[in-house]
Amino acid sequence: MHIPDGFLTPQVFLPFWVVAVGGLGYALKKTKQILKEKAVPLMGVAAAFIFAAQMLNFPVIGGTSGHLLGGVLAAVLLGPYAGVIVISLVLIVQCLVFQDGGLTTLGANIFNMAFLGAMGGYFIYNFLKKRVGLALSVGMASWFSVVVAASACAIELALSGTSPFRIVLPAMVGIHMLIGIGEAIITCLVISFVLKVRPDLIYK
Amino acid sequence: MDKNMFLVGLLIALLLAIFLSPFASPWPDGLEKVAENKGFINLGEVQPVITSPIPDYVWPGIKSERLATSVAGLVGTLILCGSGLGLGYFLKK
Repeated sequence: MHIPDGFLTPQVFLPFWVVAVGGLGYALKKTKQILKEKAVPLMGVAAAFIFAAQMLNFPVIGGTSGHLLGGVLAAVLLGPYAGVIVISLVLIVQCLVFQDGGLTTLGANIFNMAFLGAMGGYFIYNFLKKRVGLALSVGMASWFSVVVAASACAIELALSGTSPFRIVLPAMVGIHMLIGIGEAIITCLVISFVLKVRPDLIYK
Repeated sequence: MDKNMFLVGLLIALLLAIFLSPFASPWPDGLEKVAENKGFINLGEVQPVITSPIPDYVWPGIKSERLATSVAGLVGTLILCGSGLGLGYFLKK
């Protein structure tokens, strides 16, 4: 759900740029404080893996595909702040190098997929972990992170007058409820693999 | 995370990018499909604000689209690994 140039008006994309720059500054500061030395290589691997996985679109239904966003995956491994940084790095490179997502809309894309997807997803995961266990909380948080990001995207499109709220919100939420199942399956598979080989890599 | 684990992780990412990306579903993603169905896809057909060197994950000048996608995936995965690692070291130095 990388929003291209042209879908959002300046009145909508400019505030998201301000929020993205401010939020990333804060996330960098927090990451500097709490990231462990031994987690530094994991930042490189997580960024590389999530970029590669985002290229692997899987068919969903009716000629639509989806791909991993990776917000919850990054945050479960690296914590919410470094998770936000890693997803933002992926989005920035995709925008600048691969023309995936617009430059004007980069702030909104960082807000939707990094702040809501990784940070928001992490809070859902953390809240559910003590109640339903690790595997289920990872799966549910992954699903919710996609649906929440899609809802925010729909609201931004409606605020820009690109498509009416009552049309774009159900359409975006509906299809991403299906794409989110893929997100949950992939995230659970990767996290259970990490738990098997190196459980110490999970962020505590 | 030790050196071996790092290399295994990077290798997995590179294998996905090189060997699976050419076979990814070509269908539009959720947002593109909604934009098509709800009639606003044309709004995105503007000249992009910046010109990207590898647009749409296809390395320019390679005839085989599958190979061009593999090369783009390989390069992108290395860029992300390098920038993630570099930023991590910069923050913790």
